[in-house]
Amino acid sequence: MKNQLGKIKENIIEMLLFLSAIFSIIITGSIVFILFYESIGFFKEVSIIEFLTGKEWTPLFANPKFGVLPLIAGTFLTTGIAISIALPLGLIAAIYLSEYATHRVREILKPVLEVLAAIPTVVYGYFALLFLTPLLQKFIPQISSFNALSPGIIMGIMIIPYVTSVSEDSMRAVPMHIREGSYAMGATRFQTAIKVIIPAAFSGIGAGFTLGISRAIGETMVVAIAAGMMPNFTLNPLEPVQTFTSYIVQVSLGDVPHGTLEYKTIFAAGVTLFLITLIFNIIGFWLKKRIIIRGVY
Amino acid sequence: MVTENLKAKVNNLNFYYGNTQVLKNNNLPIFEKKITALIGPSGCGKTTFLRCFNRMHDLYHNNRYEGEIILYPDNINIISPLIDPIEVRMRIGMVFQKPNPFPKSIYENIAFGLRIRGIKKKSIIDEVVEKTLKDAALWDDVRDRLHSPAFNLSGGQQQRLCIARALATNPEILLFDEPTSAIDPIATGKIEELMVELKKKVTIIIVTHNIHQAARIADYTAFMYLGEIIEFGPTEKIFTVPSDKRTELYISGKFG
Repeated sequence: MKNQLGKIKENIIEMLLFLSAIFSIIITGSIVFILFYESIGFFKEVSIIEFLTGKEWTPLFANPKFGVLPLIAGTFLTTGIAISIALPLGLIAAIYLSEYATHRVREILKPVLEVLAAIPTVVYGYFALLFLTPLLQKFIPQISSFNALSPGIIMGIMIIPYVTSVSEDSMRAVPMHIREGSYAMGATRFQTAIKVIIPAAFSGIGAGFTLGISRAIGETMVVAIAAGMMPNFTLNPLEPVQTFTSYIVQVSLGDVPHGTLEYKTIFAAGVTLFLITLIFNIIGFWLKKRIIIRGVY
Repeated sequence: MVTENLKAKVNNLNFYYGNTQVLKNNNLPIFEKKITALIGPSGCGKTTFLRCFNRMHDLYHNNRYEGEIILYPDNINIISPLIDPIEVRMRIGMVFQKPNPFPKSIYENIAFGLRIRGIKKKSIIDEVVEKTLKDAALWDDVRDRLHSPAFNLSGGQQQRLCIARALATNPEILLFDEPTSAIDPIATGKIEELMVELKKKVTIIIVTHNIHQAARIADYTAFMYLGEIIEFGPTEKIFTVPSDKRTELYISGKFG
């Protein structure tokens, strides 16, 4: 009798665990479904060719144009600036924390760095607009008050803790006897970090990079505030641009009636963004599988 | 014994982890191109002693050496704070208890020591890789897959790779820290043969838990107990007519 009760309890627990595991899958599935479902309506009225090759994005104008290239350019530009700051600085900080810092320094620095991740993104946005842009204007007079550079840099700083934290964890997880093997060969700390620890921790560092890049692509508030909301087909960081995310914000905030073509554009933009991140993640996954030497700890 | 050349000499070596004294006033000669074994029960300080020779303790905080380890022929004290530990490690190699190949190819594992010494020329590296793999009796096993990951090798092969890696930079002394404790008996036999072969070129100090291993391969043996070297002498003497009661008890398996 007691045994049977235990069995039932065991089954209920298993069921609950299964439900919580499947829950996130259901949610993700529904989001993807809605995105695709709503954008089908959009692509009934606008051809995919026009969407993918058009260089003008003016869905809210009287004579609307639905070329997505300006949004792609804007997203890639701000993301590119952000990751060219976040990846190197994040990795260097991780190397320092994992291989150089004493226990005490690390105990102080790591939480401080993580505070960077706790600042609301809207604060970062205003920081870019009201502090960094005027500062940049002193050095580059031709820069617009809304531009891709300033929010790009700020996003980069914002992402550093993500890159650092994940990379550092994986570097510290490299066993001590591997490190000692390198030192015993006469390697310096730097040689050990670059030639032994980074290759050994590569999968974790790759995960940190992937996380950082995804954060940059998906970041909304900073670019919405400081990049100008101007769909501009350019790769010039001094000009205003608009990203997928900030376009979606713009439409969601306005009074575009439900069910209209303008309304459906945000789903088309959403789907494109989703596919870009998906492709990017697949490439990352594939690279990881190819580069990693098997049997890493 | 009197005719041997000294490669190193340990004089009054004390070692502390923080405030705990682990090695107490140790003296030991290390003879050139001989195998010196350190035996003793677990926790007696053998590994700590061995790791003084390549300054591994410098990697951790609050460690302190006292006394000297003189390296010949230059007559320098390698545990002196004035001597750069990296310079010491350039001359004294080490093979660890657990095989620890780097997450790289077999080839790159051996090239590592050369590369960090600034040697870039492919022909030189190729030559050293082949030579040391032959010296480590691994060449025939791996010649066709030099560029495959070192992790794909078996435990015994990995350990021989680590020996080859250490040999690649021509060390004057090679330290072995229980090199066969994580390896099966057949691979152990191969590594023991290899060490006997290697002493033609390099001075060897080995820490071992296995007293039979010391008896088989070592020319000299030191017995350590509670952080002190109790007895040192030619291996035959230590194993047949030990002068200290504790050595005798340990060797006959009465404690340890």
